[in-house]
Amino acid sequence: MSNAVTPLGGAKTNIGGLTLEDMGLQGMISLRGDLSSKALAKAVKAVTGQGVPELRTANVMGGKGAAWMSPDELLLFVPYAEADAAVATISETMKAEHHLAVNVSDARGFMRLSGAGAHEVMSKNAPVDFHKDVFTAGMFRRSRLGQVAAAFWLDAEGGFNVVCFRSVADYVYRLLEVSAEAGAVDAL
Amino acid sequence: MLTLQCPYCGVDAEETELQGGGEAHLKRFGPGSNDDDFEGYLFLRENQKGIHFERWRHAYGCGKWFLAARHTNTLEVFGTYPAQSTEPPQHIKDAISAKLPGWKWGNFS
Repeated sequence: MSNAVTPLGGAKTNIGGLTLEDMGLQGMISLRGDLSSKALAKAVKAVTGQGVPELRTANVMGGKGAAWMSPDELLLFVPYAEADAAVATISETMKAEHHLAVNVSDARGFMRLSGAGAHEVMSKNAPVDFHKDVFTAGMFRRSRLGQVAAAFWLDAEGGFNVVCFRSVADYVYRLLEVSAEAGAVDAL
Repeated sequence: MLTLQCPYCGVDAEETELQGGGEAHLKRFGPGSNDDDFEGYLFLRENQKGIHFERWRHAYGCGKWFLAARHTNTLEVFGTYPAQSTEPPQHIKDAISAKLPGWKWGNFS
């Protein structure tokens, strides 16, 4: 079997008092279907141990959980090695319903930005209100970072988890790196 | 900067997150229709100074299409509503009437 690697190769940078790091291999499953369905909720619970997230939230804990992507789509997080088995579990649980579950682990880049001023660094690149009172822990948002599509959420430890397409992971990493150079400027 | 609220995910999305899709509420005339109707479907648009109904896609967000009522001159947004609507909801029509009494757009007024 081929040796799976992340697009960022485990990169980690400490810059401007912030830490930007590759999150390593992470199993991700794109699940589309009726989010109000019981079978979907059961499938999500079975593979992530979490419930179906509310509008624009993510409930990812320790590499497992789910994020709200659109009114009919979730992004599920599972350990990398379990992704294929999780897709099989979902397909079995939801076989009576119209749905789509795909293992997209190798099609994504996944990194985390943490430290004082992380809100400010993010706000330099996305048309989103990142004020600390507005963008709070658990909130999830799909938008753009610089010129490319990205999704991100704020975890309970105050770090931004960023998911983007694999082909632009290097761009997003460097973009955040450059944006973090000035560190916290106490604007937000 | 134009800011529209996506009716699906509730985000106040600004212009760079959206993709415009032209005029809303077009009735398609396909094979079997007469030439005048087909021409109208392909080429004739409202294009007025004032109220306009448009299709927008929340391209960088949830990816859904929605419709918006907007003033082409002042850029005032009267509201957004789901793409599955065949006509603007009453509360949006009322909001337009309050600002532009006697407005008319296509078959709506």
